Amino acid sequence: MAEAATPVSPLAHLARRLATAAGAVRLREVTFLAQVNLRVDADGPAAPNITRALGAALPVAPNTVARHRDTSVLWLGPDEWLVVGPPGSQGRLSGELRVALVPEAGSVVDVSAHRTVVEIAGPAARAVLAKGCPLDLHQQRFPVGRCAQTMLARAQVVLVPRTAEEPAYWVFVRASFADYLAEWLLDAAIEYGPGAAR
Amino acid sequence: MLSVPCPWCGPRDETEFSYGGQAHVAHPAEPDALSDHEWSDYLFVRDNPRGPFAERWCHSAGCRRWFNAVRDTVTHSFLAVYRIGDPVPEIS
Repeated sequence: MAEAATPVSPLAHLARRLATAAGAVRLREVTFLAQVNLRVDADGPAAPNITRALGAALPVAPNTVARHRDTSVLWLGPDEWLVVGPPGSQGRLSGELRVALVPEAGSVVDVSAHRTVVEIAGPAARAVLAKGCPLDLHQQRFPVGRCAQTMLARAQVVLVPRTAEEPAYWVFVRASFADYLAEWLLDAAIEYGPGAAR
Repeated sequence: MLSVPCPWCGPRDETEFSYGGQAHVAHPAEPDALSDHEWSDYLFVRDNPRGPFAERWCHSAGCRRWFNAVRDTVTHSFLAVYRIGDPVPEIS
């Protein structure tokens, strides 16, 4: 008898440890976000249709994010974007984008299974990331509305600041690197964890 | 470590980049007409100047774009970055 497969996120086995690390840093996995890779000429004839489909113009400034409702569009390159939506919306997003792309050359690929997201938040979040990332993550240099593809602890990641109130970042990481990166973050967060002040 | 000025992302650490060797090495128009010696020159022999050198870089851990740069091989300072296909800029 075939049973409906229950999806298991790449960090499901670490969920409890990520939750119990909470101190000045909070870690959790943001599971099953819809991610669609879009490659198209931002000045081409398909651009108005794509703006209509997404509800926001493609961000053309490097390393910036455009948001509309629950969908974010991350700049990955001069002709490449990552459209991030709520879980389950990948079919609708890629369908709408594929229609909008016609008749221009380009590509729309559902890459939702490629990466998972670790959210790192709290007063010490920046200090933890700084242990493995060379970028200046201070909110004056890296405010909400920006994103960056870089290395965190030698793993390729996409960093997205989430809120202006307190440091909070989404770390997009390849599913196959997620376990390594989560273990690294748990280790890096020990000194800010619940037992640290004792 | 070098700080490499990616034309898209701005200055980033060298560890995010791949080096692509000398820029502007044109593929021979008629490879069949070349002698083995000329072909090996094309494949393997590169300039090795002391001073400004036009070379290719790829921001492989960032925006994954190739670009050209002029780097001073004595000081390691980047004198210019420019797009693939553009001519070497004048360095004053």
